[in-house]
Amino acid sequence: MSTETIKEIVLPTRQESLREAYGEILAEIGQEDSRIVVLDADLSCSTKTATFAKKFPQRFFNMGVAEQDMVGTAAGLAIGGKIPFASTFAIFQTGRAWEQIRQAICYPKTNVKLVASHAGITVGEDGASHHCIEDLALMRVLPGMTVIVPADANETRGAIKAAVKYKGPVYIRLARDKFPVIYEKNHLFTIGKGDRLVEGGDAAIIATGLMVSAALEAAYALLKQGIEISVVNISTIKPLDKELIISLAAECGAIVSAEEHSYIGGLGSAVAEVLSEERPTPLIRIGMPDRYAFSGKPQQLLEYFGLTAANLEKAVKQVIKKKKL
Amino acid sequence: MIIAPDLISKLDKTARQLRIDVLKALANAGSGHTGGSLSAIEIITALYFNKMRHNPQNPQWEERDMFVLSKGHGAPAWYAALARCGYFPVEELQNLRKIDSRLQGHPYSRTTPGVEVSSGSLGQGLSIANGLALSHRLDGKTGKIYVLMGDGEMQEGQIWEAAMSAGHYKLDNICAIIDNNGLQIDGAVCNIMNVEPLDEKWRAFGWQVFKVNGHNFAELIQALNAASSVKGKPSLIIAQTVKGKGVSFMENKVQYHGMAPTSQELERALAELEGIN
Ligand SMILES: Cc1ncc(C[n+]2csc(CCOP(=O)(O)OP(=O)(O)O)c2C)c(N)n1
Ligand SMILES: [Mg+2]
Repeated sequence: MSTETIKEIVLPTRQESLREAYGEILAEIGQEDSRIVVLDADLSCSTKTATFAKKFPQRFFNMGVAEQDMVGTAAGLAIGGKIPFASTFAIFQTGRAWEQIRQAICYPKTNVKLVASHAGITVGEDGASHHCIEDLALMRVLPGMTVIVPADANETRGAIKAAVKYKGPVYIRLARDKFPVIYEKNHLFTIGKGDRLVEGGDAAIIATGLMVSAALEAAYALLKQGIEISVVNISTIKPLDKELIISLAAECGAIVSAEEHSYIGGLGSAVAEVLSEERPTPLIRIGMPDRYAFSGKPQQLLEYFGLTAANLEKAVKQVIKKKKL
Repeated sequence: MIIAPDLISKLDKTARQLRIDVLKALANAGSGHTGGSLSAIEIITALYFNKMRHNPQNPQWEERDMFVLSKGHGAPAWYAALARCGYFPVEELQNLRKIDSRLQGHPYSRTTPGVEVSSGSLGQGLSIANGLALSHRLDGKTGKIYVLMGDGEMQEGQIWEAAMSAGHYKLDNICAIIDNNGLQIDGAVCNIMNVEPLDEKWRAFGWQVFKVNGHNFAELIQALNAASSVKGKPSLIIAQTVKGKGVSFMENKVQYHGMAPTSQELERALAELEGIN
């Protein structure tokens, strides 16, 4: 992997699809573990569960356009001893089937893995009906739910493997677009552990998903201007790596959170909860404002809503000023 | 009742124009749902250019009939009809799915003239239509509510909850239509999750059911007229259609569900459509 480096900051140079990585790894672990079964709701070519379906047609169930039925059926399969992975677009999975997830999966702690694709606004042209900026809030509020947002394809592979080993409900958020590759192929994923990618004491960006690579870019640009920041990938939104966040607050004294999700209820809110209770620290939350987006190319939408390295750079400078008050 | 041949040939012409509009708009957008837009063209044409009472100059006209596109991904077909009726300029179709456009990827009532019910998440349109129908009944309004659904969409549980309510409340001001093209995204509806027998199911829920060839205007208009005189229960028209209808290389091809034509494909498609006289 060729990379551009100044000091310790490594910028990604290639992109890979998270959902394709998901399809491949499912087919791979499906070979090793016959308890793995997969469900989809007429979107298997988009979520890439079709890769598993082709290899293990007996263990694949297409439920049709019926997300609620899919989630309930997955719960039954899990109670029967299987390890079901259920997939569709994020908004239909977490939105349409929310109460089924609550009653049949979280409350009884059923061993179901929900892996949703097409989260965020990078869904693009389909428009706001298909964007999903609420899933982290919807999943995070459920007692017993583990919520994971991989930052690249390799972290996706690691997260899926970790989800199989972990017994209990897991939600994993994937996207339509390719993401810059940050991690090595055999990246070992540990549920609940944040990952500090860059060290610096002037401020910290705590990012998740697509925003992790944007945070790296921002750190790179800031370093050239003499501002040294930390960048942390929080891929497990719940349970949150509180210790890491508290120690970042102690070291840096100013924090920016970054997510491709509403700035209400997701990573930014989770970080704010920890900081305000454990170590009050200036915080700027970068995320989708409290509104729906619209049709457009993914990059256009990211720019319109400030989900960019340039905007993170600005936020870091702002939050550093707050620190000096 | 016999339908005048010149009316049919006029509607056929309009349908061909809408197909051309849809294909151009989709090719220009570079993404979107081609197959399910093309299968719905005659249904939407029959409604907007013959059956429905509506006034593009006065979209809020009290006596109007209303349309709900429950299969919201068919938006390009609806937008083309709205534009050709005069709800907005035809040129605006070229802004489909673009940033700052009034024509969102899926129908959005807050931006598009003539769109009163937003959609895109399948299975929800009939419930909203039922609410409109109940509201009309309370207000003594005579306008009818038309709802277009997909056959794959029949798999959503909410459809059947709404089918039950419309039957229970005897909503004879509802006319639902199924674009029964036999395909969804992952394959044939009968292979993915069978929904048949649709006629028996809907009848059991208290509906008057009609079955027509969904590309034949005489049959469509006859059924729509018959539905208008049904009293005491809602009507359903099962329209047998072909996904991708009108473009030979798209017909019955599952891959054109969510794929826009490339510029070469557009050229071939236009040659076919414009070659018909
Ligand atoms: C609730 C929900 N789930 C999934 C989708 C994604 N989706 C869009 S179209 C479609 C298939 C619809 O098939 P059908 O109703 O037969 O439509 P048509 O063949 O007329 O295009 C699916 C699953 C959606 N829009 N909404
Ligand atoms: Mg269909």
